[in-house]
Amino acid sequence: MSVIEVKHLSKTFQQKDLKVDALSDINLSIEKGDIYGIIGMSGAGKSTLVRCLNFLERPSDGQVLIDGQDLGALDEKQLRAQRMKIAMIFQNFNLLMQKNAVDNIIFPLQIQGKPRKEARQRAKELLETVGLADKAKSYPSQLSGGQQQRVAIARALACDPSILLCDEATSALDPQTTESILNLLKEINEKMGITIVIITHQMSVIQKICNRVAIIENGHLVEHGNVVDIFNHPKSRAARELILRDATGGGTASFGENAQVDEIREGQKLRIVYSANSAFEPVIANMILQFGHPVNILRANTKNVGGVAKGDMLLQLPDDRELRFKMEDYLKEKGLEIEEVDDDE
Amino acid sequence: MNERVIQMLAEGTVDTVYMTLVSTLFGYIIGLPVGVILTVSDKDGIKPNAVLYRILDVIINIMRSIPFLILLILLIPFTRFLVGKSYGTTATIVPLTISAAPYIARMVESSLKEVSPGVIEAARSMGASNWTIVFRVLLVEAKTSLIVGATITLGTILGYSAMAGTVGGGGLGDIAIRYGYNRWQTDIMLITVALLVILFQIFQMIGMKIASALDHRK
Repeated sequence: MSVIEVKHLSKTFQQKDLKVDALSDINLSIEKGDIYGIIGMSGAGKSTLVRCLNFLERPSDGQVLIDGQDLGALDEKQLRAQRMKIAMIFQNFNLLMQKNAVDNIIFPLQIQGKPRKEARQRAKELLETVGLADKAKSYPSQLSGGQQQRVAIARALACDPSILLCDEATSALDPQTTESILNLLKEINEKMGITIVIITHQMSVIQKICNRVAIIENGHLVEHGNVVDIFNHPKSRAARELILRDATGGGTASFGENAQVDEIREGQKLRIVYSANSAFEPVIANMILQFGHPVNILRANTKNVGGVAKGDMLLQLPDDRELRFKMEDYLKEKGLEIEEVDDDE
Repeated sequence: MNERVIQMLAEGTVDTVYMTLVSTLFGYIIGLPVGVILTVSDKDGIKPNAVLYRILDVIINIMRSIPFLILLILLIPFTRFLVGKSYGTTATIVPLTISAAPYIARMVESSLKEVSPGVIEAARSMGASNWTIVFRVLLVEAKTSLIVGATITLGTILGYSAMAGTVGGGGLGDIAIRYGYNRWQTDIMLITVALLVILFQIFQMIGMKIASALDHRK
């Protein structure tokens, strides 16, 4: 049985006379122990989706089942009890600013009605787990962003949740801090067996720790599956865009990046994905020698996808159709996974 | 200046402090819950209730638009009913409280609305009830702002208590009117004004000290 099952979920917001479909007919199942990524551009509806998983937003239609329990069938009190098992962390950490680190972690335990002494003991242990044992008395304003997120993670773990929802939890952090927070999440997933759902707009976050991913575009689920499969063969336009955008240097488009994209548009492009161990033979160099025609390497990159080193290369092939097809066949023969990249992106 | 005058000024000061503090206290007993209800029932609140919000909103606006001096006179029968007489320091507490309560409710509402929606959402995600959110999140996170609000309120009520002197309200305002205005004793009027200024400064200083001591945001 899936830990989280989403069936035909839709969410419509009513704004004055305007109806906005934030999510339409989303179907997902997340298994125990998954680190499940939900990725999309801003405004795609992913934040609304994650809030539907603990009913902070009530879906307009459809069901959310947590361990087989339909959240829509619960009354307010039962729902609150259920939420204690579904912890959540946020982009802006959302710590109580007037309470110190230890009291922030005690807070959910107080809601649960745990005795003060026991709660304090638990909070101290959790601070140790997240590596902030020495910051127990510090207030959030005295902590860095990464440290605040660690406190937030400790707070989320306080009630022994079976699920942890992360809403853009690393988006306000620098790359190093992001890395360390992702490592911590992975550790929590492995050691405590907590199922993690990660909402992000960064493909790098998905590649780093997720085993499965769903891609959301304009409120629709356009693609989902194993991270490695989608990285190798993105089917949807949105997935391709996210992978390409990430490879050209992440989030925001700079001038240089735009210029590069314009240049790429002129030729025929081919994206090649290869496992690192197939990089022994100089395939591209040999191909150029064999056909006697140069190809342009627009981009090449290796990255860690689900623990496996993957090469990712974008080639610009000659305009000559026949030569191009021959080159493609040659690459396929060498066992590379190739894919034509559309110009209409 | 003779001893009698000094004693009168001392008594007036005590009366003024008494009126101000007690009125503020009663004002908060009414205004704080109303401010909480306003925050909770507003359309972005944790339990929106448009009808309740609108009713409270209109009542507060009406009460706040009546000038204090007129309220003082309008309330004379009510004050007499409650206290047994309509003049003197204890009687003045009634109109002071009634004019302070809606003002306080607004102050509380604006303080509570400063609390970040993200923190409230985090509490909800932990399974907190609305009750818990009010007492453990809203009032705790907004405490600095609430204390600053209370300090401002105290200053305003101090000013109003002096105004109440015009209709026999007692305290320093009463002395200023009776001696300074009715008997042309400018020196006594100036001393009462100086005493009011000093009281105001003391209230302001203590309030701000407490607020900044309790603030952990910086």
